[in-house]
Amino acid sequence: MANFAHRLIMQDDINTDYIISGRYKFKIQDMQELSRYIFKDLEEDFHKKIQPGDFLVAGSNFGCGSSREQAPAALKASGLKAVIAKSFARIFHRNAFNVGLCLIECETNHIDDMDEIELDLEENIIRNVSKGLKIEIKPIPDIMKKFLDKGGVIEYFKEYGCFDDAL
Amino acid sequence: MRQTIAEKILSKHSGKRVRAGDIVIADVDFCFGQDGTSGMIIDSFKKMGTEKVFDKDIFCMVLDHSCPSPNIGVSAIHNKIRMFSKEHGVKVFDVGRGVCHQLVPETGFVTCGDLVLGADSHTCTYGAINALSTGVGSTDLAITLASGKNWFVVPETIKMNVNGSLGKGVYSKDVILYLIGDIGADGATYKSVEFYGDIISEMSVEARFTISNMAVEMGAKCGLMKADKKTTDWVKRHSIRECIPVSADEDAKYVDIRDYDLSELPPQVAKPHTVDSVCPVEEVEGTHIDEVNIGTCTNGRLEDLEIAAKILKGRKIAKGMKLIITPASRRIALECLKRGYVETFINAGGIVNNPGCGPCVGTHQGVLADGENAFSTANRNFKGRMGNPNSNIYLGSPATAAATALEGKIADPREHKRRL
Repeated sequence: MANFAHRLIMQDDINTDYIISGRYKFKIQDMQELSRYIFKDLEEDFHKKIQPGDFLVAGSNFGCGSSREQAPAALKASGLKAVIAKSFARIFHRNAFNVGLCLIECETNHIDDMDEIELDLEENIIRNVSKGLKIEIKPIPDIMKKFLDKGGVIEYFKEYGCFDDAL
Repeated sequence: MRQTIAEKILSKHSGKRVRAGDIVIADVDFCFGQDGTSGMIIDSFKKMGTEKVFDKDIFCMVLDHSCPSPNIGVSAIHNKIRMFSKEHGVKVFDVGRGVCHQLVPETGFVTCGDLVLGADSHTCTYGAINALSTGVGSTDLAITLASGKNWFVVPETIKMNVNGSLGKGVYSKDVILYLIGDIGADGATYKSVEFYGDIISEMSVEARFTISNMAVEMGAKCGLMKADKKTTDWVKRHSIRECIPVSADEDAKYVDIRDYDLSELPPQVAKPHTVDSVCPVEEVEGTHIDEVNIGTCTNGRLEDLEIAAKILKGRKIAKGMKLIITPASRRIALECLKRGYVETFINAGGIVNNPGCGPCVGTHQGVLADGENAFSTANRNFKGRMGNPNSNIYLGSPATAAATALEGKIADPREHKRRL
């Protein structure tokens, strides 16, 4: 099945308040339910565009601001396979891999809204099928790949009881 | 190999000599969560299947973001936190005690050279007392709660030399807003920032907290300062833990060294909706303001409220203005009472909240209406931050905030020079 890129009206400095507003994060505990409110202050009903396995594509400093883990958790629950951006804010970056949401760093200027794309973590490339382009991505560090493989750091920790083998 | 402060602290806590770029497992000295993140810390901790916390004395939870609870959902989270606290014998600072970033250092949990994690992005605050403290998410915090450790990427470091001397009416808040405006909201992403210079040395420890608090607004992992006599005196006054300052080696490796002379710096304002959209106060002077918020983990300390009280004493705020003042801790609130500041604020027409985060995070105590403008001493002005995406937030110092409350529009605090 083909998967598509989604771009917001805003590109850079998309903060975690935009991803999921403080108004909802306190009220709603269920991530599936919370995922219906992602980006609500930027674009009403953005969540409806996403089909399981799709990608969110943005500019630089994605996920800046508050440390709320509901942000990557709600994005994961929305069905996104990965967020692709030029750069990510630090806390969001940790949180995402901890909850098992894949983040990809690369040049994103050549991915438009609704381009069909494929992610290849073996070759470290994204194929933009719509444009016939190959885009190189920054390899994901091993420790984070291990978390992703297990579905998040909790599952990793449950299995190994420590990180000592993760490095 | 010469080392930065972050490299030294992470070397000491991981038991090996590290440098920027290394990934290490390190022992954490203290960790905590607040009411917006602790519910998920508890969930993650339970999911891990661990029965006991690693060390109950190096963890606490603070109910500060929405306190007292404004709705049933938050009340349930607060009770969940209280129950976990009873079950595991861990400390909880209940509603009305204050903001985590005031309570954690004020209670003496942090000392120089510590490695501290908080499930709140402004945990970088304690860099001002020479601790590598940084914000993480709830699951990250749960891992540390269970194991006493976490994994860290050793950050590269930017050195900022802030020299000169600040004019009357210009404060640490203006300095940090200027620096963020200069480097940009992602100018220091993943990096450690070390602050040096005359202006930093001259500042009180409280004023320094304001600087380190906002390091994350330039994307930084931490905002560190060396420990001088002011630091060690402050730490010893609050903590019984041993204080061993950590300083950078003289020729430590910095990815960038930025020199500033801020003698001529005017008061600064961050315009909606990003913290790095910074301008001198003159540029926005006269902008209509509906609500002024003085407080938060950035500027809710005693000397912040003292500055506001000096400007407001014996005066009335503008007609239609909502002035909301929130002391950062109970200790500060009591001192404000003793010194007559509370009387000053109320007589001026202001509202004094219980200690906590106040209206900063948009869940209660001053949510804005559509089209309203707020002037706040907080650290974020993101769209919707104070609860309404159709409102605007300007950020500045307590002095600029107090002057603005009197005028009903953004005002230059230097006009109240004689009082400062």
